[in-house]
Amino acid sequence: MAKEINRQMGEVEKNRKKWDVLDFKTYLGLIGVITLLFILFLWLSQNSFGGYSLTVLSNLYIFIILAVSYNLINGVAGQFSLEPNGFVAIGAYVTALLILTPETKEAMFAIKDPLPLIRDIHIGSPILVLLISGIISALVALTLAFPVFRVRGDYLAIVTLGFGFIIRILLINHPEVSNGSMGVDTIPKFADYFFIGIVTLLSVLLVYNIVYSKFGRAMKGVRDDEDALYALGVNTFKLKTIAFTTSAFFEGVGGGLMASFIGSISPDQFTFMLTFQLLIIIVLGGLGSISGSIIGTIVVLGGMELLRFLDDPGWSYGPFHGTPGLRMVIYSLILLLIMLFFRRGILGNREIWEYIHR
Amino acid sequence: MEFFFQQLINGFSLGSIYALIAIGYTLVYGVLRLINFAHGDIMMVGVFLGFILINQLGMGFGSGIFLTLLLTGVVGILTYYSAYRPLLEKGAPKISLLITAIGISFFLESLFNVVANLFFGSSYQAFSTPPFFSKMVSVAGVTFTRLSLIVPILTLLILGGILYLLYRTRLGIGIRALAFDIQTVKLMGIDTNRLIMGVFFIGSLLAGLGGVIYATAYPSIDPYMGMLVGLKAFAAAVVGGIGSVTGAVIGGFILGFVEIVIPGFFIEWGGYKDAFAFVLLIFVLLFKPTGIMGIDFERKRF
Repeated sequence: MAKEINRQMGEVEKNRKKWDVLDFKTYLGLIGVITLLFILFLWLSQNSFGGYSLTVLSNLYIFIILAVSYNLINGVAGQFSLEPNGFVAIGAYVTALLILTPETKEAMFAIKDPLPLIRDIHIGSPILVLLISGIISALVALTLAFPVFRVRGDYLAIVTLGFGFIIRILLINHPEVSNGSMGVDTIPKFADYFFIGIVTLLSVLLVYNIVYSKFGRAMKGVRDDEDALYALGVNTFKLKTIAFTTSAFFEGVGGGLMASFIGSISPDQFTFMLTFQLLIIIVLGGLGSISGSIIGTIVVLGGMELLRFLDDPGWSYGPFHGTPGLRMVIYSLILLLIMLFFRRGILGNREIWEYIHR
Repeated sequence: MEFFFQQLINGFSLGSIYALIAIGYTLVYGVLRLINFAHGDIMMVGVFLGFILINQLGMGFGSGIFLTLLLTGVVGILTYYSAYRPLLEKGAPKISLLITAIGISFFLESLFNVVANLFFGSSYQAFSTPPFFSKMVSVAGVTFTRLSLIVPILTLLILGGILYLLYRTRLGIGIRALAFDIQTVKLMGIDTNRLIMGVFFIGSLLAGLGGVIYATAYPSIDPYMGMLVGLKAFAAAVVGGIGSVTGAVIGGFILGFVEIVIPGFFIEWGGYKDAFAFVLLIFVLLFKPTGIMGIDFERKRF
């Protein structure tokens, strides 16, 4: 009897995936190699690619941050949430308002004079500003998460969807804080290509470390069978809240980068469309897979550009011709088809190196 | 004082719209434990169908509305049949259903956006109502349109009808059984698909009715009108107690009341009208998650 148990435990040990519990040296090696390669790539591309390519890549990097963090709550913790547009908006506005000087703000606020607090607050360091954006997003997420996760995760989607609407209403109705629908512009572009690349690298590494840690494993447990985990005495409420708050943090940082990258922000940039795009990205890439989100970002952003012809009335193919808005129809149709037939996405919930290793 | 009564009637009118849509949410949630995000957009589909039938094809109002309601119900059934049912049969995790619901919602919005652009041009269209409904009526010094009087009464009648359906007919027993324990119903050899399709049909039909009423009050129709209204209707359903049809109606009335009366008395809060639903929702989740009717799914149904 004991022999049988020992034999079975030996098999379990053998089948244990190497990547679940990496020994420290392999792990460090992996991280080191990826970091060095990417930094090398950043440096090379910065010097050899043209301006337009760098812009496209910068946009890609920002979306990678957003996708990877959105995947944390949706894919890893399994709680369906529609929060990105809200938290990205918060991050963007906090960054913009902090980094602009009081004189600029005084001049720019056209509808109503800025509140003294808003006008006078100024932090020059981009890194500090980004961190604060993330923290504020995370705090807001904390207040949202508390009523929702206490009850039933089902309501998270509706609450976050509503939250996205509310943020826009607040931004538009309080021009003394946000300059209303006119938005905030002339934001200093501290986020050049290299800076965005480094922040993306750090964010992805951080999220990776969370997902492949005991927290990440517990979050996956919440996704797979919350009741069982709860019965084991695990505090699922804390786990869900941590996942949600962390997601919000990175989305706030991403929003701040976006504000600096684009140079101007307005409430109309943060509509549900942004959330929907991120949703397609993480579903296509594979819910729960970090490399999947990265690949998904590349595919979807590239695909959006490629599919642009659908909106052009000049294009035609047989009886079909392009109309404005057709691209969105095809887009949502693609999401539906993925959900019906290809639910696991490209990489499922594993990472790309797990496929290569086998 | 008359002002207050006027706002009261208007509030109940608006509330009825939310109530009708909320009934659909609550029925589907009770039966499938699924928050059907696409439900608000079903309402929009109803409005568009009504617009096309009555304004574009020149159907008479009565028959036009009748056909619109039927077609909207069919659209509801289609969303179940093409998207939710295959996933449910495959045993997909809950999150897949929710993502699909959002996908359908967005699909309907973009589809009707294209339809509106192609056939109506890009300007907002106006839904026309027969003047019978817009006639002003005066009672005890308070004036309101006939419609704002008819609508709440109609909603209460419909509530009565739904309750009768649920508690006095076989279909109703089936629906309540589904909400209680869907596995056992299947084990009893009952075709759950037909029951669920019935639920979707009724819910979507009522959403279409709510939409048509909404369009008479706010005549400008656009493809994205469904999402916000749907969101608020869901909040109303939760406030009333999700899973309870009476709760949905009560929640709807409360929300409509709050949305009309508060800006009526505190005009500066007018811009935050849309936020009230959200605030109510958070409030309920914090203090009484089972809602007014206190529906706790592990014990009671409907």
